[in-house]
Order: sequence, then structure tokens, then C-alpha cells
Amino acid sequence: MLSFISRRLLTAVPTLFVVIAGAFFLMRAAPGGPFDADAQLEPEVIDNLRAAYDLDRPVIEQFVRYMARLARGDFGPSITYADYSVTELLAIGLPVSLKLGGVAILVALAVGCLLGIFAALNRNRWIDYVTMTVAMTGFAVPAFVVAPVLTLIFGLYLKLLPISGWNDGALSNMILPVIALALPQIAILSRLTRGSMLEVMRANYIRTARAKGLPEYKVVASHALKAVSLPLVSYLGPAIAGIMTGSVIIEQIFGLPGMGRYFIQGALNRDYPLVMGTVIVYATAIILLNLLADVIYGYLDPRVRRE
Amino acid sequence: MMAETTARPVRAQGGEPVLQCRDLNVHFQTGEGRISAVNGVSFDLHRGQCLGIVGESGSGKSQTFLAILGLLASNGHATGSVVLNGEEILNTSRRKLNAIRGEKMAIVFQDSITGLTPHKRIGEQLCEVLTQHRGMSRSEARSRALEMLELVRIPEPARRFRMYPHEFSGGMRQRVMIAQALLCQPDVLIADEPTTALDVTVQAQILKLFKGLADHTDTALVMITHDLGVVAGLCDEVMVMYAGRAIEQASVDSLFYDPRHPYTRGLLACMPRADRDSESLTAIPGQPPDLSELPPGCAYAPRCPQAFDRCLTERPSLDLAVEGHLKACHLENAP
Repeated sequence: MLSFISRRLLTAVPTLFVVIAGAFFLMRAAPGGPFDADAQLEPEVIDNLRAAYDLDRPVIEQFVRYMARLARGDFGPSITYADYSVTELLAIGLPVSLKLGGVAILVALAVGCLLGIFAALNRNRWIDYVTMTVAMTGFAVPAFVVAPVLTLIFGLYLKLLPISGWNDGALSNMILPVIALALPQIAILSRLTRGSMLEVMRANYIRTARAKGLPEYKVVASHALKAVSLPLVSYLGPAIAGIMTGSVIIEQIFGLPGMGRYFIQGALNRDYPLVMGTVIVYATAIILLNLLADVIYGYLDPRVRRE
Repeated sequence: MMAETTARPVRAQGGEPVLQCRDLNVHFQTGEGRISAVNGVSFDLHRGQCLGIVGESGSGKSQTFLAILGLLASNGHATGSVVLNGEEILNTSRRKLNAIRGEKMAIVFQDSITGLTPHKRIGEQLCEVLTQHRGMSRSEARSRALEMLELVRIPEPARRFRMYPHEFSGGMRQRVMIAQALLCQPDVLIADEPTTALDVTVQAQILKLFKGLADHTDTALVMITHDLGVVAGLCDEVMVMYAGRAIEQASVDSLFYDPRHPYTRGLLACMPRADRDSESLTAIPGQPPDLSELPPGCAYAPRCPQAFDRCLTERPSLDLAVEGHLKACHLENAP
């Protein structure tokens, strides 16, 4: 198991490099620069600023210098937030995003699995159709529609929940963003669970388990559940990526001080180091969580376990 | 006039039968309509007896016993009567069925590859039968399960105990399935084509295991198979099924030496024989009928070389041909 993990971590290095290089050159290729909005500045001042951030050098040289810095663990200074280093900004944003994303994925897993199992056990009855229709709708409606509608209903009309702000992660402030973030994942996870459950319950070994005289709850819990969860674990990687990209929009809509907000601010202001920092953190998180999903998969299915 | 007479038991034998099945019908409700998989099947099974059920795929032989165990697919429904040890068990509650399954009546399925739960250790899968039915502690269950693995000739059972099904060969997995079925020493053991998925050499070993069981315990054995050779070597009584009906029921000797139904004769003629100098394999021409559109007469008539007018219009009932030998055929047999 340890050699499997270390092997996977080694192959993650080139992946991460490709992501960094791609993001770096795409950012430079985009029109505009970090100081375009500051129209009142003298050309000499702008030249001095560009020199201070290495922007006057050829792109390749900029990249080499950036990588050298990165190798020392330095993400560089932010251009927009002049007094902060990127590392400091990430230290502010990351805990917020981690908490929001973590809660959203847990909620999505719990609700999605329950709905899926519920629908599978009531297959082809109206309860199944209603659940799956709602799930499909949840998947089809994008977050930037769901989020304002939720704020409108629960924030403005019913006045039950705050419409924005983080308030140090208070429960009431988290409810709406978590719902908006988790909804599409709930939709996909519930459909996956339903399909997986239906397939597993038809398997020969389930018939064997029933033929042994085990009560149905034991048949499901002890013989079916692990196999049912396999496709869910496979989907965990994409689900986490979906939650992360979703959080970029959701944090913006609800005004949450997370990574997503820095990512968008950075991208709009061409704050190259800030964008690179957030991209690297996102990519690393996705790689690590995918690795975790594979480890869990190996634990659940002895056939793919490696010595 | 019409054919629906209640069939008599295969052989009147002393004592109560352990399993008694009367007029069992199984149908499935599907999108294309109602399919009758089993029609009016009756038999008695006594202690220590081995009953062979022979038929092609789709003849209803497996569904008969899945219905008896209450394991039909959700769109299946069974009617009739099944009495185990004097108690009616057909369509009884899941609770009562659970007390019977694995304890009084156990089944070994055909497909040992997919028949064991892939993510559970063999040991756990065996022990849960004993903890469920006998309330044994883990260590008691373990030693009993190990004994049973030894009985079915699994080498190094203690090491195998911790392994997963995919680490076993097909024959070994089938042995595990058999051990699992025997853990509680059931009154009735149903073997549903237990050797079809195995190599010929392994088949012989597994059959030997069943033979030993049939000879040395008083467990009643039901051997579902399409292989008449298996029946000849193992069984006391045989029931031949075609299109969901029993068409011939007799003792093994009577059936093999004096088959009364043209279908049985056809099956016997299909058996490859080493003592005959024939290069080609014989087959019964035609296909079994569609179960959703059964003909009004004998289901075998379209393929039967001896069919005449009456066979197409009137279904033959299962009647006594000679003592202890039932057949459903209009042909008057020459003695």
C-alpha cells in the first residue's frame, strides 16, 4: 500500500508541472496586464512596476524564475493586494474553502446515497420517479441560478437566513452556499447510487446471501453495500473537482472570503502570482483527493488491492 | 377430458416425505405479458433420497426450486402447495423462510464465480450462516466451518479461511458453496447444476462429493441438471421437465431402461456414447416453445417425431404408465 501511494505521488509531479506550465502561459497569452486599470500612472512608473515583478523579461525567463521561486516554497507577492504575499492570502482563503467544500461533499454524499437507496428500494413506484425527476432537475439547473433563487426565497422573502457573508463559518451563513454547492452532486450521486444498488441487488451473490436465510437488512448491509459504494468512490474524484470549481462561483455570489474569490479577483486583475497560487492549490487538492479515492477503492474491493 | 389432473407422487415410500410439492405453478409478469415457467409440478422427496430434475434450459427446473425457497425474482409468483416437514412453506413470510433457508433447506447454485460475495472473506461468509441459525460464537462457528471445509476437501482450510473468493479456483469455490450449504446439516440440499461451470475432471470430483453425501447422510438431495450421466450415477428418482411441466417421473432404472416419453428417448439418444462408432452428435431437432405462447396440446408435439392429431389439440396428463412410472404422453406404449 505504501509503495502504491508513493508511486502515485511521484507520477503526480509531472501532472502538476503540466498544470502549472499550462496556467502560466495561458495567463500570459491573455490580453491585458496587471496595471491596465491604473490609467493615471505615468509610463515610467508602470515600467518600474513591471520590472519589479519581472514582467519586463521574456516569458520563458519569467517561467524559469517563477519555478525556481516555487521550488523554495515561495508563491511570490500578490500584485493586487500589494501588502500581502500570495501565501498569506491563501492562508486566509484556504480554511474557508476547505470548510465549505468539505461540508458540501459530506452533505452531498449523505443525501445523495440516501435518496438513491430509497429510490432503488421503491423502484418504478411514484416515489422513485419523483426523486429521480427532482434529482435530474437539480443537475440541469446551474448553480448561478440556484444560488440567487435560494437567497431570494430564504433570505429576502422568508428572512430566515443571511444572504451573504461568512461570519467565521457560522451555521446559518453556511446553509445556503452548502445547498447550492451540493445540489448538483446530490443529483449525480443519487442517480449513481440508485443504479448501482439496482445492479448489485440482482447479483448472484445476493441471491446466495438470501438463500442462507439472512434477514434483508444483513443482506444489504453486509453483502451489498460495499459493492454499491464502488461506483460512488470512483465518482468521488470528479465530484470533488465539481465542488471546487462550483465553489469559485458560489463564494463570489455569497461574498465568502475563500480561495474562489481570490481566484476570480486574481484572474480579472491579471494578478499572475495570485492566480498561479490558487491554481496550484486546487490542482494539488484534486490530485491528493483522487489518490485518497483510489486508496478507499482498494480497501473496498479486494480484487484491485495491490501488495 | 382435459389434462389438469393432480399428479401422484413418484413412488410411494414408507414414512412422511421430508419435502412434498403439489401442483406448483410459477408465472412471471413481464412487459410482453404473462409467462408460465412452471405448471402443475408435484413430487415427494424422502430422507436420504436423491431426486434428479432433468430438462433443457428454460424448462422450469431451476424456477421450481427457487419458488420453493421463496427466491423468485420480484415479478414472479408461485401457487400450489409446498410442505416441508409437515409445514406449508410456499409464499410464507420472509421471517419463516429465513428460518428455513440455509438451516432446513440449502441450495448450491450453478455459478460459483459470481455466487460468493467478492468483498467478503470466505471465512466470514461461512460463519455468518452458523451465527445466524445456530447462534454460535465466532470461535465455535470458525471451528465448525473449518471442519466443513476439510470435509469438502479444501487443502489448508485455516489459511483459505482468510482469503477472498477471487483467490480460489472455480472448483474450490464450488466446494466452498457446498460447504456453506452443508453447515447446518439441512434436511434438503438442492444442487442447481453444480458442475456446469467446471472442468470435466473437477466435475467428477464435485459429483463424488455429492455421491458421498447422498450415501452417507440422510440429507435428501435434489440434483438439477441437464446431464443424464449425472442422474444415472447419483439419483434414485428422476423427473424430466419440458416447457414447465413434468413429462415423465420414474425411478432411475425404469427411466433409463424403459423410457416412456419420446422426449426422454430423444434425450437419451443425444447422449454421446463411447461404445458406438458414430462420429456425429445427435440432437433433438427444433427449439423449446415460447413460454408466453404455449400450444394448446402437448408442448413437445411440434418437435415430436411420433406426434399425431390428438397431440396438437389436447394436452396429455401425467398418468401412470407402469407401477412407479408416470408419463404425460398420448402414445400407447408397446409393452
